[in-house]
Amino acid sequence: MKFQLKNILAVVAIALAFSSCSSDSDTPVVDELAELTKFKEITNTTHTIELYAHMGALEQGHNEISLRIKDKTSGDYVKNATVSWMPLMHMTMMTHSCPKSGVEKVTADGTLYKGNIVFQMPQNATEYWDLKIDYTINGAAYTATSVIDVPASAKQRVTTFTGSDNVKYIVAYVEPHHPKVALNDITIGVYKMESMMSFPVVDNFKVKIDPRMPSMGNHGSPNNVDLTQSTLDKLYHGKLSLTMTGLWKINLQLLNASDVVLKGETITDLVPASSIYFEIEF
Amino acid sequence: MYLQLFFWPFFNFSIMKKKLYGFVLLCFTSITLFAQGQVTDTVVPKKLNEVIVIGKKTQLYQKQTKPLATVEEYLQQSGKVGMIKRGGYAWEPIINSMATERTLITIDGMRVFGACTDKMDPITSYVEVSNLSEATITSGQLGGCHGATIGGAIDLKRNRSGFINSGWDVSLHSGFESNGNQKIIGSAVNYANNSFYVDTDFMYRDAENYSAGNNQEVLFSQFRKFNISATSGFSFDENKMLEASLIYDKATDVGYPALPMDVSLAEALITSLKFEYVPKSSKIENWETKIYYNTITHIMDDTKRPFVPIHMDMPGWSDTYGFYSKAKGVFKNHHFLVDLNSFYNRSVAEMTMYPSDPNESLMFMFTWPDVRTLYNALFLEDNVILNSQSSLRFSASVANHFNKVADDLGLESLQIFYPNMENSKNRILKSISSNYAYDKNGFQYGFGLAYGERAPSVSEGYGFYLFNSFDRYDYVGNPELRNEKSSEANAFIGYKTKKISTKISSSYFHISNYIVGKPAENLIPMTIGASGIKIYTALDYAIIFNADLNIEYQFDTNFKWSGQLVYSYGQDYKKENLPFISPLRYSSSLLYKLNKFSSEIAVQGNAVQTQYSPFYGEDRTPDYAILNFASSYSFQIDKSKCNVKAGVENVLDTYYSSFSDWNNIPRKGRNFFFNISFGF
Repeated sequence: MKFQLKNILAVVAIALAFSSCSSDSDTPVVDELAELTKFKEITNTTHTIELYAHMGALEQGHNEISLRIKDKTSGDYVKNATVSWMPLMHMTMMTHSCPKSGVEKVTADGTLYKGNIVFQMPQNATEYWDLKIDYTINGAAYTATSVIDVPASAKQRVTTFTGSDNVKYIVAYVEPHHPKVALNDITIGVYKMESMMSFPVVDNFKVKIDPRMPSMGNHGSPNNVDLTQSTLDKLYHGKLSLTMTGLWKINLQLLNASDVVLKGETITDLVPASSIYFEIEF
Repeated sequence: MYLQLFFWPFFNFSIMKKKLYGFVLLCFTSITLFAQGQVTDTVVPKKLNEVIVIGKKTQLYQKQTKPLATVEEYLQQSGKVGMIKRGGYAWEPIINSMATERTLITIDGMRVFGACTDKMDPITSYVEVSNLSEATITSGQLGGCHGATIGGAIDLKRNRSGFINSGWDVSLHSGFESNGNQKIIGSAVNYANNSFYVDTDFMYRDAENYSAGNNQEVLFSQFRKFNISATSGFSFDENKMLEASLIYDKATDVGYPALPMDVSLAEALITSLKFEYVPKSSKIENWETKIYYNTITHIMDDTKRPFVPIHMDMPGWSDTYGFYSKAKGVFKNHHFLVDLNSFYNRSVAEMTMYPSDPNESLMFMFTWPDVRTLYNALFLEDNVILNSQSSLRFSASVANHFNKVADDLGLESLQIFYPNMENSKNRILKSISSNYAYDKNGFQYGFGLAYGERAPSVSEGYGFYLFNSFDRYDYVGNPELRNEKSSEANAFIGYKTKKISTKISSSYFHISNYIVGKPAENLIPMTIGASGIKIYTALDYAIIFNADLNIEYQFDTNFKWSGQLVYSYGQDYKKENLPFISPLRYSSSLLYKLNKFSSEIAVQGNAVQTQYSPFYGEDRTPDYAILNFASSYSFQIDKSKCNVKAGVENVLDTYYSSFSDWNNIPRKGRNFFFNISFGF
């Protein structure tokens, strides 16, 4: 009797184990919103557009923004929209946009759409950013616009300058979000200003980096790798070595395809910092 | 029968000859007792090392000119030992011109590792003279019993009463030194009977800044420390005994005038439990097994310095767990020793820098990235008595040395320099040595050949931006270093009669993969004011040669003269000088003894250091000579023995520094000392 009972229990246990395994793999639970925090809702008459960011807010510089479109009547999230956006800075004398990517679906089955916007300047008491989102669902076009909060970043994450070729450039720090005492992968976006509304990615340039700690004798770090453009995401990738925690100033030099320095200086004893730089603190 | 390594001192110190038998009797009575039942062999193997008697409680006073000297002062009497000085405290011993990484310092066979990345806490700084009975100094691979070494080893032996029926024994020590106002207080309470003993002692030292010659105060040379220790043995069978031992040492407010930082705390707890077994009528004479644990905390401090470019905290920790099991035996004319030993060490050190803007993030890094070391070794030794005059000694050892970087942050930091670095590394270390010794009618000679290997130290393998204030470089470890390999030849010749004793001994080391720091071009140092970064790397080879001459002459029963002359030489494969190689150095002393009074006058000096190494931050050190004088008298008041010693060191108040004084920090000027001891 005892023996049989044991066997039955074993079989049941195995069966349960298998069934639970298979049910897991049938419906993989992927949390689309993992590590994302909603910071804004924009509504029009038909939809509510939820905006998400990793840090739960926007700030001056490069921002990864995710969004979901919720049908107000059904309460369902729209999975088949085609989305584009237009951020606009309303200054007292003029209006301009900023570098931005397209808005893409993150996964085919999911509800999340994602893109990047580089706010090269922050809002202030009289000047503000708004974001216009245009989207079409099954051939019908919709739009929604709202003012968004883009405060100044605590540390410099984006720099705007005119190169020696008289072109206006915007260089923005993208990654690492969480720098470590290690050889970090660093990503930077390089854009130029073609017009008030057009800020395309610049191709085949090179970004030299020289991280320094101004609070400690302006010492540097070894084995940094200058950034070159990736054909995949069009961003610039390299290696950033940080030998300790604290405040680092990443001095930059922007070189064109012919290796001519368009902006930025080499650090020497007499030149402690470049005119273009980022800051990170951790 | 004694098989102890100290039976044949390599050199003769003034203290040596007469005390030798005395301390053997005193310090190893347990073994004596165990061995009583055995047939005494008249011929014992000649041992090729040197013993410095430090003292045993009340006997402390009869042994030395300045009994309450520091352990370091005792050790540097040897021609083999030098001291790198960074101030008035915690000198770093060098053996055969080689510093900590290439040597092995043990306490009763226990491995202890300092917790300071800047070598401000050599093991010798965590013990006191009152803890110790003697120090055994062995040269080269002769010192390989307790671990891997290149230059040699020092084993510091604990005090123990042994199972003698002596009852209670209480003594008090006190001392004062005028230079630096050093105050010393110590006590010892011992109890022993036939099956139990307990030895305890306490010592406290408190010193202010010392003055160099011409009354120049050396700022930040103060220190304060206390040390308590206890050893207790219990014999639960005629031939089995258990012994527990503990040392607690705590130094606070220690200044390092030669360095940019001081130490607010250096604390050590050193514990062990030993089981000893003497089999009856067996080939095995003595079998000793010990487990031990020690933990060290070391905190550097720059808050008292008037100007620091940036304030920083640099604490370090070192924990070691270990064991050894050692059997000694005799088979026909073979006296053999088998030693199985292991340790597991964890070394962590960090650096936190405080920016002048308090809102800024602290700057933090691991300077020792939680490095774990597991070491397992088997050591074999055989001493073959060829005849009544000569003997041959062989030893061999093989060890497994395993390192692991346990902290991810630390590992990723090092991967900045070594992107393909693994978190662990395994090494096999081998050692082999052979020696021949001959002794007939006082004429003696011997020679030997040896080969040994060592693994890089934690700093050499895994250090991260360790600032060396000597050459002013930041040092970065190199986990890819190969083992350092030493081929060694040594020889000695001596002649000894009742009146005269002379001995010349020498050793030659050819060390391949010699580990040093090499400047890395175009890397920026971290430390403010540093000249650059040096990465540990290996030179093809380096050679080191040491020779010393010791002479002792007994004029009559009252007068004795002893002299010592030491020559060292060290160059790398490019004929560049190595650092910390002593110029010609000498000492000469005349001892007068009449009943209970004794007096000694001594001269000690160095020739000009001509073979210095600018590459390692050295400059030419001028010659110096100093004169010392001491007298002692012992007497009895009632039943208590009292011993008074007084003297003056550097009588002429010479301003000087030696080749091994860090950044040419000057040594003590004239110093009057007064030591007194009561035994009850």
